[in-house]
Amino acid sequence: MSALSDPTNPLDANRLRVLLDAEGSRRAELLPRLLAQGVAVTATGSGTVAPLDDAELLYLCDADDSAQSTVEIVAGEGEAEGISGSRIGIRGLDADSVADGVLERARGEGHGEPAGGWTPWFPVIDYDRCTNCMQCLSFCLFGVYDVDDEQRIDVAQPQRCKTNCPACSRVCPEVAILFPKYRHGPINGDQVQAHDVEREKMKVDVSALLGGDIYSLLRQRHERAESRFSKERDDDRALKERQRCLKKLQEDLDIPDDVLSSLPSAEQIRAKAAARGASVSPAESTDPATAPTTSEDTP
Amino acid sequence: MTSETSQRPTEEPGAGRRVLYCHCAFARVVDEGVKEKVLHGLASSDLAFDAVPDLCELAARRDPALGRLAAEGRTEIVACYPRAVRWLFHAAEADLPEDDVTIHNMRDTEPETILDRLLGDDS
Ligand code: SF4
Ligand code: SF4
Repeated sequence: MSALSDPTNPLDANRLRVLLDAEGSRRAELLPRLLAQGVAVTATGSGTVAPLDDAELLYLCDADDSAQSTVEIVAGEGEAEGISGSRIGIRGLDADSVADGVLERARGEGHGEPAGGWTPWFPVIDYDRCTNCMQCLSFCLFGVYDVDDEQRIDVAQPQRCKTNCPACSRVCPEVAILFPKYRHGPINGDQVQAHDVEREKMKVDVSALLGGDIYSLLRQRHERAESRFSKERDDDRALKERQRCLKKLQEDLDIPDDVLSSLPSAEQIRAKAAARGASVSPAESTDPATAPTTSEDTP
Repeated sequence: MTSETSQRPTEEPGAGRRVLYCHCAFARVVDEGVKEKVLHGLASSDLAFDAVPDLCELAARRDPALGRLAAEGRTEIVACYPRAVRWLFHAAEADLPEDDVTIHNMRDTEPETILDRLLGDDS
């Protein structure tokens, strides 16, 4: 993924991480509450934990006040590491008070933001399967995909992905795109079976069969729905048939309604592709679903 | 990369291992009861471990903590499907080593089994 530097990017904020020095049932009481609030927790004890970075962190200490304000975080390895940071005595405080106090203190002292402002839903590529065919980049209308310096497909802007939309994973002919939070395998990361590969390939064929104007059809569908006085009965009938096909496609690709209704028009996509100077083959040029997109395609 | 399930027998609990627990806090894909039991078991032990609200979010932001964790080896990750977890680390530019990493899948493994593998007799 490329560097994220957009000030409105939900991924740019520093994350709040606390060191929790508590034992047994007390840890068990505090941990779920802190995690639910989006706070990462390093729990002390025997064994080792991920080395800390240089950032100051909040040190929650359940010991009495006479305890030292540093703690060995690499216990049992013969190596001790003192940490510095704001020590907060939490003895006797209930879990809600601890969690609220941590958030308040973190805000006041700039220890980072809790996670939770953005639902982490985005495609993850299994490069063992990916053949770099770029179907996903062509299909996604929201600028999630790009290519890296070596021209490999890259999930460049994960935060642009539409929550709960797994559509690009369904057009990938190699079943190489995961959404770890998806309900079903293999898109959720479960093992890929031979029949999964066949099924995904069929889905690509379905979209090809529907013709190259999926997105203009979708627009027509919305415009028609608003036109209560349409006299074009034959057209309406034809449109209904196409809508039925599109509905089927929507179900097959599992595209949420709100994502469908926010798709840009075929003209917009073509204009953006042209502006970008992308090479679009004659066949592709009639097919906005396969036209290259730019980041401006985000509605 | 290959997916693996957790099979490595637990030796001395805590000795040299790093444990990362993912709470998958922003989705309902991991059964709440499973998460609750695993977290309670881990927290009630005396094992040091890292617990994060959502590993996906850390991967999306390429959090350096993932790189530090991946570089250390002897890591046990409690989250979801191994294939998803491995490629999430890759997305975070923090490739996990091929071996020396055990991924416990809370989406398809009983909490008691996970705790047994993590904590051995202590669970
Ligand atoms: S569609 Fe699938 S195989 Fe093709 S580039 Fe995208 S992830 Fe790779
Ligand atoms: S890594 Fe798996 S368990 Fe963790 S947040 Fe992502 S989907 Fe949920």
